[in-house]
Amino acid sequence: MTSEKTDFRTTIRQSLTATQNGTVTILSSLLAVEDLLGYIPLEAIEEVASLTNSTTNEVWGVASFYTNFRFTPPGDHVLEVCWGPSCHILGAQNIVKEVLGTLNLQGEGDTEDHTFTFKYNTCLAACGQAPVISIDHQLMGRMTPEKTKERILSVKATGEKGKRQNG
Amino acid sequence: MTKAFQKLVEKSKAHLEQIQSKPRVRISIDLSGLAAGALDILNTFKDEVSANKLDVTISEVGGLGLNYAEPLVDIQNPGGPRVFYNNVTPDQVPSLVREHLIEGNPVLSGAMAVETRDPSLDIPTLTELPMMKGQVRIALRNAGHIDPSDILDYIAAGGYNGLNKGLFEMEPSAVQEEVAKSGLRGRGGAAFPTATKWRFLMGSPGPIKYILGNCEEGDPGAFNDKGILEGDPHTLLEGMILAGYATGASNGIVFIRHGHDTPIERTRKAIAQAYANNLLGENILGSDFSFDVEVSLVGESYVSGEETALMESIEGKRAMPRYRPPFPAAYGVWGKPSNINNIKTLAYVPEIVSRGGEWFTTIGTEKSKGTAILCLSGTIERPGMIEVPMGMTIREAVEKLGGGVPGGKPVKLLQTGGPLGGVLRGDKIDIPLDFDAMAAAGAILGSGGIIVGDDTVCAVDLARLLVAFCQYESCGKCFPCRLGTTHLLQILDRICDFKAQPGDLDLMRQLGNDMQVGSLCGHGQLGFNPIKSSIEYFPDEFAAVIEEKRWPTKNYFPDFFMPDRAKRNQQTETFSSLRRA
Ligand SMILES: Cc1cc2nc3c(=O)[nH]c(=O)nc-3n(C[C@H](O)[C@H](O)[C@H](O)COP(=O)(O)O)c2cc1C
Ligand code: FES
Repeated sequence: MTSEKTDFRTTIRQSLTATQNGTVTILSSLLAVEDLLGYIPLEAIEEVASLTNSTTNEVWGVASFYTNFRFTPPGDHVLEVCWGPSCHILGAQNIVKEVLGTLNLQGEGDTEDHTFTFKYNTCLAACGQAPVISIDHQLMGRMTPEKTKERILSVKATGEKGKRQNG
Repeated sequence: MTKAFQKLVEKSKAHLEQIQSKPRVRISIDLSGLAAGALDILNTFKDEVSANKLDVTISEVGGLGLNYAEPLVDIQNPGGPRVFYNNVTPDQVPSLVREHLIEGNPVLSGAMAVETRDPSLDIPTLTELPMMKGQVRIALRNAGHIDPSDILDYIAAGGYNGLNKGLFEMEPSAVQEEVAKSGLRGRGGAAFPTATKWRFLMGSPGPIKYILGNCEEGDPGAFNDKGILEGDPHTLLEGMILAGYATGASNGIVFIRHGHDTPIERTRKAIAQAYANNLLGENILGSDFSFDVEVSLVGESYVSGEETALMESIEGKRAMPRYRPPFPAAYGVWGKPSNINNIKTLAYVPEIVSRGGEWFTTIGTEKSKGTAILCLSGTIERPGMIEVPMGMTIREAVEKLGGGVPGGKPVKLLQTGGPLGGVLRGDKIDIPLDFDAMAAAGAILGSGGIIVGDDTVCAVDLARLLVAFCQYESCGKCFPCRLGTTHLLQILDRICDFKAQPGDLDLMRQLGNDMQVGSLCGHGQLGFNPIKSSIEYFPDEFAAVIEEKRWPTKNYFPDFFMPDRAKRNQQTETFSSLRRA
C-alpha cells in the first residue's frame, strides 16, 4: 500500500514536470493532472502546492472555481450533453431527460455502477451540428434522445474503459 | 524581400510543387467535422489508400464553414479538378478512392462543387454555392484550403508576407498607423478601435510587454475563433507578431479553453514550426525584433474571457475580474503592460499590413470596416461559419447564405452576440451587420454568433436559458452579478412554473438596472440584455406565460434541466470526507 501510494505521487509529480510546456502555474498544473487522471486527488493538491510554491488553500481555491475539475475518480465513461442555446433550441432538454432516465440519475454525477459520469457542457463548439453530445471526449452531432440512448448502451456493451480521444 | 524570407518562400514553392505532383485528399477535421463523423471518414480513407498502395497526400484541413455539408472531403489529382464531396459516409469512400483517385473520374453523384469551373463537369464552383456567394474571406482566406499543420502551406499561400513587409519596410509606428487607417475595430465584443488600444501599449515602458490573443470563446453559439485556429493558426501568429512589433511587445500568449483539442494542438504545432523557421524567437528573420509566443489553457469558466479575469487565469488563479484602473496597458498579466485582442481581430492584421489599411476600408460600412465572421446555428437550413462584408443585412446573411428556416418558414427570432447579447425579432432583421446599427436595435454583433429560432421556439423559455447560463457562469466576485443573476433566474423559474408574482417584470427590470450599474465587469453589466430585448420584442409571450399560464409555442421545457454549481461542489464534500478519513 505504501509503495502504491508512493508510485501514485511519483506519477503525479512526473505529469507535473514532464507534460507541461511553457509557464507553470497552479491552473496549468491542475489541468495536467486532470489530463492524466481525469480528476484531482488530494495528493495532487499537495504536489501542485509544493511545485508552485503556494498553499493548499490557494490550490484548492483554484481547483474548486473552474467547473471542469472534480475530486473523485469519474466513471469509466464520461458523457457530456451541451446545454447551449443552439442545442437547446434543437432539443437538448429532451436528450438530458433521456440520459437521466437511462442512467438513472437525478442530475450531474456518476452512475451507481460507476460506468458513466454525466455532465453538462455550456457549448461543445460544434453548434452547427446541434444538438451535440460527447462521450469520452468524442463529439457526436445531430443527436436525438433515441440515438443518445443507443450510443450509451453500445459504449456500455464494449465493457472497456473510456480513453481520451483526439478531438 | 530579405534573404531569409526569400529562402522560405522558395522552400514553400518546392513543397507546393511536390504536393501538386501527387493526388491530394483534404478532409475537414474541425470540431464541427468531428461531430459530424469526419474521423471515421479520415480513417476509412487512410485504410483504403494503404490497401490500394496509393501514393496520396491526405491532409487534415480546417473547416470551410459549410457545417451542413459535413463530413466534407475534396479530392484532386495532378492537373485535374478539385472536387468537393459533401456529407460523405464511410460506405462512399471505397468508390471515391477507386473512381476518382485511381481512375481519375470524379464521382458526380456525390459531388457538391469544384474549385474552378470545369467545362466537362456539370457542377457549380465553390464560390457559386449559396452559402459561399457574397462571402469576402479575409481572416478565413486559407481555412479549409491549406494544411494548418504545415507552415510551408501557409507561406506558399502568401503567408508571412505581411510580417516580412512590416519588419523590413516599415517602422513599428507605421504598422500601427496602417491598422489605424484600416479602421479595424475589435471583434471580441466591445468593438473598440484596435489601433487606439495598441497606442496605449506603445506608450508603456518595456522591456517585457504582452500581446494576448483571446480564444476563450465561451459564448455558446460562437466557434469562429476556434475555427480560425483550426483552419489557419499561422494567420493568428503572424497578426500577433505584427501587433508585438508595432507596440514594442516582447511576448504573446494565445489563451484557449482546455478541452477543445483541435485548435489547441494546431496552435501549438504552428508555434513550434514558427520557432523552427525563425519566425518566432530571437531576431525574427534576421531583424532586430524578437518575440516569443506560448499557449495558455484555461479551465471551464465563461468570465475568464473578460480581459482582466483572463490575466488572472494566465497567472493560474481564479478567473475573476480585476478592479480598473490600473488598466491592462499599464498593469496587465504578471504586472506587465498588456494588450488584449480577440483572435479574429488579430487574424485580420497580416492582410491589412500586406495590402494596406486603405484596402480594408473599401469593405464594410462607414464605421464598421471589413467583414463580419458569423456562426449560424439553430433552426437554419445551412448552419456554419461565414465571412461577409459589414453592411450586408442580417436577413441576407441568415436567409440567402444560411438558407433561412428549414421548410421556408419565417425566422421568428435571432439570438446574437452571445448570452450577453440580445434577442432580435424576425421582422427586425433588415438592419445591416454593423456594430452601431445592431447595438441600437438591442442585439450586439459581439462575437458573431447568430442563433436562429423558428416559431416553435418560445421567447420566455429562451430567456430563462440565457439567464440560467449567466447565473451558472457568474464568477461570484461582485455581489450585484452573483445575487442579481440568481434572483433573475428565480423569478424566471417561477414565471415558467406559472407562479409569477405581480410586478415580476418590473422587478426584473429593476434588478437588471442594478446589475448594470453595480457590477464589476460586463458579465453582470450586460447579463440582463437578452431578457430586456426578449421582453421588449415578445411581450405577448411573456403575458401568455405570466397571466394566462399557458405556453405560447410548441417547444417549452417545464422540467428545465441545468447544471447546479452547488451540486458540483458536493464533490468537494466527498473530498473533505476523504481527507478526514
Ligand atoms: C464576461 C465576459 C466574457 C468575455 N469573453 C470573451 C471571449 O471569450 N473572447 C473575446 O475575445 N472577448 C471576450 N470578452 C471581451 C474581452 O474582455 C475583450 O474586450 C476582448 O477580448 C478585446 O478584444 P478586441 O479589442 O479585439 O475586441 C468578454 C468580456 C466579458 C465581460
Ligand atoms: S450550443 Fe451546443 S455545441 Fe454550441
